[in-house]
Amino acid sequence: MKSKVAVALIASLMTTAAWADDKVVKIGNMDDLSSLYADIGGHGSTVAAQMAVEDSGLTKKGWTIDVVEADHQNKPDIASNIARKWFDEDKVDLIVSLDNSGTALAVSQVGKEKNRVVIPSGAATSDLTNKACNANTIHWAYDTYALANGTGKTIVKSGGDTWFFITADYAFGHTLQSDTTAAVEANGGKVLGSVNVPLNTPDFSSYLLQAQSSKAKIVALANAGGDTTNSIKQAHEFGLVAGGQKLAALLLFITDVHALGLDVAQGLQLTSTFYWDLNDGARAFSKRFAERMKNHAMPTMTQAGVYSSVLHYLKALDALGGNPHDGVKIVAKMKEMPTDDPVFGKGSIREDGRKIHPAYVFQVKTPAESKYPWDYYKLLATIPADEAFRPLAQSACPLVKK
Amino acid sequence: MTISAPTTATETAEAAHPKRDEAIAFLVMTILFAAAPIVVYPFFMMQALCFALFACAFNLLIGYVGLLSFGHAMFLGAAGYLSAHAAKVWGLPPELSILFGVLGSTVLGVVTGALAIRRQGIYFAMITLALSQMIYFFCVEAPFTHGEDGIQGVPQGTFFALLPLSNPWVLYYIVLAIFLLGFFIIYRAVNSPFGEILKAIRENEPRAISLGYRVDHYKLAAFVLSAALCGLAGGTKAIVAQNASLTDVHYSMSGEVVLMTLLGGMGTIYGPVVGAVLLVAMQNYLAQYGQWVTVIQGAIFVICVLLFRRGIVGEIAHRLRLSL
Amino acid sequence: MISTQALFGQLLLGLINGAFYALLSLGLAVIFGLLNIVNFAHGALYMMGAFCAYFLLNLAGLNYWWALILTPLIMGAFGALIERLLLKRIAGLDHLYGLLLTFGLALVIQGLFQNYFGSSGLPYAIPSELAGGRNLGFMFLPNYRAWVIAFSLLVCLATWFMIEKTKLGAYLRAATENPALVRAFGINVPRMVTLTYGFGVALAALAGVLAAPINQVRPLMGADFIIVVFAVVVIGGMGSIMGSIVTGFLLGVIEGLTKVFYPEASNTVVFVIMAIVLLIKPAGLFGRAP
Repeated sequence: MKSKVAVALIASLMTTAAWADDKVVKIGNMDDLSSLYADIGGHGSTVAAQMAVEDSGLTKKGWTIDVVEADHQNKPDIASNIARKWFDEDKVDLIVSLDNSGTALAVSQVGKEKNRVVIPSGAATSDLTNKACNANTIHWAYDTYALANGTGKTIVKSGGDTWFFITADYAFGHTLQSDTTAAVEANGGKVLGSVNVPLNTPDFSSYLLQAQSSKAKIVALANAGGDTTNSIKQAHEFGLVAGGQKLAALLLFITDVHALGLDVAQGLQLTSTFYWDLNDGARAFSKRFAERMKNHAMPTMTQAGVYSSVLHYLKALDALGGNPHDGVKIVAKMKEMPTDDPVFGKGSIREDGRKIHPAYVFQVKTPAESKYPWDYYKLLATIPADEAFRPLAQSACPLVKK
Repeated sequence: MTISAPTTATETAEAAHPKRDEAIAFLVMTILFAAAPIVVYPFFMMQALCFALFACAFNLLIGYVGLLSFGHAMFLGAAGYLSAHAAKVWGLPPELSILFGVLGSTVLGVVTGALAIRRQGIYFAMITLALSQMIYFFCVEAPFTHGEDGIQGVPQGTFFALLPLSNPWVLYYIVLAIFLLGFFIIYRAVNSPFGEILKAIRENEPRAISLGYRVDHYKLAAFVLSAALCGLAGGTKAIVAQNASLTDVHYSMSGEVVLMTLLGGMGTIYGPVVGAVLLVAMQNYLAQYGQWVTVIQGAIFVICVLLFRRGIVGEIAHRLRLSL
Repeated sequence: MISTQALFGQLLLGLINGAFYALLSLGLAVIFGLLNIVNFAHGALYMMGAFCAYFLLNLAGLNYWWALILTPLIMGAFGALIERLLLKRIAGLDHLYGLLLTFGLALVIQGLFQNYFGSSGLPYAIPSELAGGRNLGFMFLPNYRAWVIAFSLLVCLATWFMIEKTKLGAYLRAATENPALVRAFGINVPRMVTLTYGFGVALAALAGVLAAPINQVRPLMGADFIIVVFAVVVIGGMGSIMGSIVTGFLLGVIEGLTKVFYPEASNTVVFVIMAIVLLIKPAGLFGRAP
């Protein structure tokens, strides 16, 4: 008699504990919090995630949603250890931002192993939706293909047809260089040479010298964050631009332009999927964001991506009626629902995990053209959503049915 | 004047029952580690065990031969990369992958040892540092290591085709077994005629030479043994963490193993184990405090060198007249 | 494939790097020569010199030229403090303890700075008097970098002169060889040791000020640099002043050459040379026998 009651009690406990959806969500922002990418994502991404949690309205409906953060220090081994601990011990359901491609690839694998959700907004490598794609990962904001297609195509078409690459020597730099090379060659340009530079290099002088001796019209910087600002500053110091060559910063964030100043950065062309001053929706979000930031910086494409992705994730959970703690199920739901937020407008998520929205080619304004703080970009061209990212037909992702 | 803790003949004589003390300590350690995963996150404990083996292997050189190597990361990291590559790209089962890593670090130990042994003291430390930097930059450039990205997604497979390593409990006890094996090898080496000669060399090398011992051969043998066991630690770590990265070959890793051994007690058998577990625990539980971990590690270094040269275990052994 | 233009350009850049190597290894050589300590904290102190220049500019409004004078003085005093408080206590022990102590010190300093300033760089502008550059035909040489070469050469030669040719230098060298005897002559050897360490640190800090406009002012700017500088000192001869100056510039040039012909090896070439030198002539190219 007692044993039957015990069995029934245990059975009911097990059902409620293990298989019922609960309304508890934990979101982890894993980023470079202290090094060359800290301004691009960093604490700002945590702020963006918190804003998305508030705007989702779910806490009012009785949900418990927490946001935590950790510093991966740009090391994939640290990233995967933190991810593993977060998933195993700390009950984290979703990892966002991941502003370093190597760490994003590593965490994406751990996410698949533990069946949670991973949504990088900071990482650039298009491999995340290509050969490294999986059913637990959605790549938000942008990728190397979009950058290559935007900036590469635009520059070649305007006459810059010989290129030399200065490349950050890891996953991101390599994919950015290969995607841009493909875009350059497809449009009739030629790559004269390239040089690999270790991440976080302070002194680019010898690499810039090689770029100068190559006599390529365009010196392309396949790097990001502190590396990009360093190479641009030193390029000016060494008279690269004065000598007639042009710089192409393949990945440039608004915080980089702010750090460089308009007199150094003016004229640079870049591709971005978000600009704070592009439309009313973006402006409203950005002003709220800037107020919450210590340095009142405007949001970058990555931070906007974190906001948008967390918002859509929570919408999917709401539609499911609870948190099933099952990554594949949640991602499938997110792919089912079209996206709509003030930051990226209307968009959707493809079967390979790629979030689709338009991309824009901007040019940095001259100091004279800039009328108010953070007024840095003028719009050159808009690339519609269906052209901005790698077409599914070219994808090596096993999730794509051919 | 030697750098290791003063475990001279007179001090060990103070310990009344050295063999009994060490046997009890071994039992305590084994029980603690065996029971640990019940309360502590197993993944963290496995890392601690790998680093404990690494520190014990390092201690063989500094504690018993008196040679401070500042390049031991090269053995840990190289073995890690080789094991990871063997498991992921060649599909070897985990026991063979780890053995391959050990083989690699042993060969590396022979080559670097032959070069480094010829000098002592500061110069020995500098040579090992230089050689380790060369290995580091080799790992940055070599295609198979994938540079900054490292080797990710190393499969864990099945041990001896019987035990699935994807089960954390199975994996833990296998790692514990590997640690105990390595520990036992070191213990036997130290408490053997070979070990006695090493200690003699540490105390007074000219006298050992005058007694007819081929001192260089003994030093090289100790160096290679140390390298091989570091390789065992590195290969196991690669399978446990399922990755191999530049962090493991960087000179700061060499600095960390020195710290573990210094903190625990150079020249004691159990010191490096204690030091390693403490350091890994600190890194894990203080991780959210970012760079404070570095500051604390540095402070421990400074304090240990100034005030606490015997280390934790060394201090306990000294006060309680035990042999540890 | 490699034009002479590119070659000369990289050689000149190598000379600039060599200037930093020479200046830093000078400080290390001075410290090792007298104290027999391998000062692992040298990189962190170099970084503090750069930060000192940054603070002087941003908090006190003192420009680069002031920083060149004030920073070595401030940091030299800090170095003397470290020697008095920490290094004196381990003076009689095995030299390896000195290495460990300064290694720990480096971790503490770097960790503290990283905590407060992050790892990204703080900007420090090139002084306007040295802005711009001139086209040398084979490359465009920024004026500031030419200044770096000239100034470090000056400082190195001045230091060498002081140590080898003056009475103070003679006392220093004598105290290295036989401190007891020198003390018997009534010279305050402990104070000399403190001053020497302070001087070595001042040299490191001066290099930091020179580096600030070129690299970013970052907490880790010394960390990876220091290992190469060790190699330079060991190659040149751990106690030899002229040895470290010559080797510093020489290795900078060799590194530059390697970047032209085999760039992937440029990071390793210094260590390969060091290993070879240590095996053939452990006292270094210019050092006396150990």
